[in-house]
Amino acid sequence: MRVHVVAAVAALSVLGLGCERKPTTAEPVKPPETAGKDKPKPADAKPADSAVILLGEVGSLTGSEAAFGVSTQNGIELALEEANAAGGVKGKKLAVRVYDDQSKPEEAAAATTRLITQDKVVAILGEVASSNSLAMAPIAQEAKVPMVSPSSTNPKVTEVGDYIFRVCFIDPFQGFVMARYAHEELKFKKVAILTDKKSAYSEGLTEVFQRKFAEMGGKIVGVEAYAKGDTDFRAQLTNIKKLKPEGLYVPGYYQDVAIIAEQARELGLKVVMMGGDGWDSEKLFELGGSAVEGSFVSNHYSADDPSPRVQDFIKKYQAKFGAVPDSLAALGYDAANVTIEAMRRAPDLSGPSLRAAIAATRDFPGVAGTITLDEKRNPVKPAVVLTIEGGKFKYKSTIAP
Amino acid sequence: MKSFLPVAVAIVVLGLLQVLSGGSAYFVYLAMLVGVNVVLAVSLNIINGLTGQFSIGHAGFMAVGAYLSAVTSLAMKDFQLSFLPEAVSNQVFFVVSLAAGGVAAGLFGFLVGLPSLRLKGDYLAIVTLGFGEIILVAVRNTPSLGGALGLPGMPQYTTVFSVWFVVFLVVLLARRLLFSPHGRSLAAIREDEVAAEAMGVDTTSYKVRAFVVSSFFAGVAGGLFAHFQSIITPGDSFSFVKSMEVVVMVVAGGLGSTTGAVVAAVVLTLLPEGMRSLFNLLGGDSDSLSIDQLRKPIFGLLLVIIMLTRPQGIFGTHEAWDWLRKKKEPAT
Repeated sequence: MRVHVVAAVAALSVLGLGCERKPTTAEPVKPPETAGKDKPKPADAKPADSAVILLGEVGSLTGSEAAFGVSTQNGIELALEEANAAGGVKGKKLAVRVYDDQSKPEEAAAATTRLITQDKVVAILGEVASSNSLAMAPIAQEAKVPMVSPSSTNPKVTEVGDYIFRVCFIDPFQGFVMARYAHEELKFKKVAILTDKKSAYSEGLTEVFQRKFAEMGGKIVGVEAYAKGDTDFRAQLTNIKKLKPEGLYVPGYYQDVAIIAEQARELGLKVVMMGGDGWDSEKLFELGGSAVEGSFVSNHYSADDPSPRVQDFIKKYQAKFGAVPDSLAALGYDAANVTIEAMRRAPDLSGPSLRAAIAATRDFPGVAGTITLDEKRNPVKPAVVLTIEGGKFKYKSTIAP
Repeated sequence: MKSFLPVAVAIVVLGLLQVLSGGSAYFVYLAMLVGVNVVLAVSLNIINGLTGQFSIGHAGFMAVGAYLSAVTSLAMKDFQLSFLPEAVSNQVFFVVSLAAGGVAAGLFGFLVGLPSLRLKGDYLAIVTLGFGEIILVAVRNTPSLGGALGLPGMPQYTTVFSVWFVVFLVVLLARRLLFSPHGRSLAAIREDEVAAEAMGVDTTSYKVRAFVVSSFFAGVAGGLFAHFQSIITPGDSFSFVKSMEVVVMVVAGGLGSTTGAVVAAVVLTLLPEGMRSLFNLLGGDSDSLSIDQLRKPIFGLLLVIIMLTRPQGIFGTHEAWDWLRKKKEPAT
């Protein structure tokens, strides 16, 4: 027994002594290796069927974020249909292979590996949720297959590597937009926040809003937390009521927001509510009714936008799916169109040349704003602020970065 | 010396598998995912099947192992053992972080098991259920563990060899346990706890020990899982749903059968991916059909059919090696 202890201590001390810092590599982000030493080779990443160019999509078609996944998929489908009607790309038709990830990161990773190695897609569209995109990004990066996320707003997603893009603005910007609007337009001095501790999205927005609003000279009187899926928010709302804020910032998802609004009104809390793009769903009005009236939200696009490209998109979308497209549909449509347009410009469809073509996207006329990708592969584009009136979102103003 | 033979054979076979699987990232990914689930199922079978206690918080122990080994690995990511090449030194760190994850999970297993396993009845189920939720809530509210977004940028150390070597270890352990006095005591507890106690079996002690071993392997499985996922999140990967998935594997395979747990884990993990292949084959390039959504209901339906036709599970309480043994030595 004693021998074992001595041996163990000796082994540990050898390990301890032998420890040294690795030579720092030039690149800041070390691309994680895909499983094992074998990498999917980008060289033979050509479509299985030579008559069709295959794109891959990973989305939450089932699970907790299913509404977002389905909208996104509709947008992508519409974009592909239009591209095919216009003759496809390089004389070939486009097709998309969709895999459901059940809103789980490991499923998203499996689906991405499958799309790259088995289906040999030229590019990947997805995911909506940032956690899932973060699970997919290193795999796409390693295999040198461009990935375009329609609506993952967490800054970390595109930091994974130079093959990862997005077509939506990032969380800090959205938090900043609402802070500025609350301060300059609504002239609020005292604002409380109700944040969703279970969602990274909500935490990101809260952090930035809190900082920016304070910098502008406003006061955050209190921050209360809930967890996505809760049904009783009365305790937090009662606390908030005591603080007498002028506005309440709730950067959550529509299911919870609707209940929060109802219960706030029930408790006689008559503050103006503010939120982010997580509010954007027709379901908000179904569930929240009159309680959400008069609230303000930052969003990617407004269906009221009179510009012909937005109205044209809405008309086509309505004809095909029978609903007004929400911003996720618009972003899915934009993500697909940015990719398709880059495929037209690229000399060939290999990963590196397609990547370069996507990175060179300048002034692309998307329905959710004109897209110019910066060196961090994030788009520089304005956000809109909407208000809720008569059970509908109404355009209020546009705030540029 | 005889006891080292299986280990040597396993190392050679798995080494070959590792070399042969080179070139197919998809196969490697699935092999690792299957392996992790097999470890989870076999280790849960030790407590649910062999000992007859009902734990439904296995994903919680997996989460403890995953997060602790992830943190350990991330802390050591920039270091290297000077006397070893980088790849080898990474693997040494990997083993250290897996051990840390496993030990931490085992420790939590001890803390959770000690009070609840003193009692007879369903208390363990309730306590483990609560434990699984508590771990996730704690992780979500800890910024250093990544909060709700998760912990990205894990070094990818896991290989087919390492996963399946752990599978080999846990199966070996389960098998040896079965034929040991220890295993006999566990079986006695499963069959009749009062009788076992009357026969002089210290039931609490045995139950807690089995539970700690089971949690330890869940923690190691979590560590393996964390090192081939690029991100670990406190979401569905470690939720109650995951715990139930493992329970389903154990029950579908046959409560108490290690072989059953292995087979069920392999089949139930590969089934959703297999359906994907099948649908692609049938549907061709039907881009508009989000037929993928159908996988879940079909999966559920298959489970119902298994349970209706074989309520005792695919293997019942039998083991593959029972048949081998019978063939080899018919006299005994």
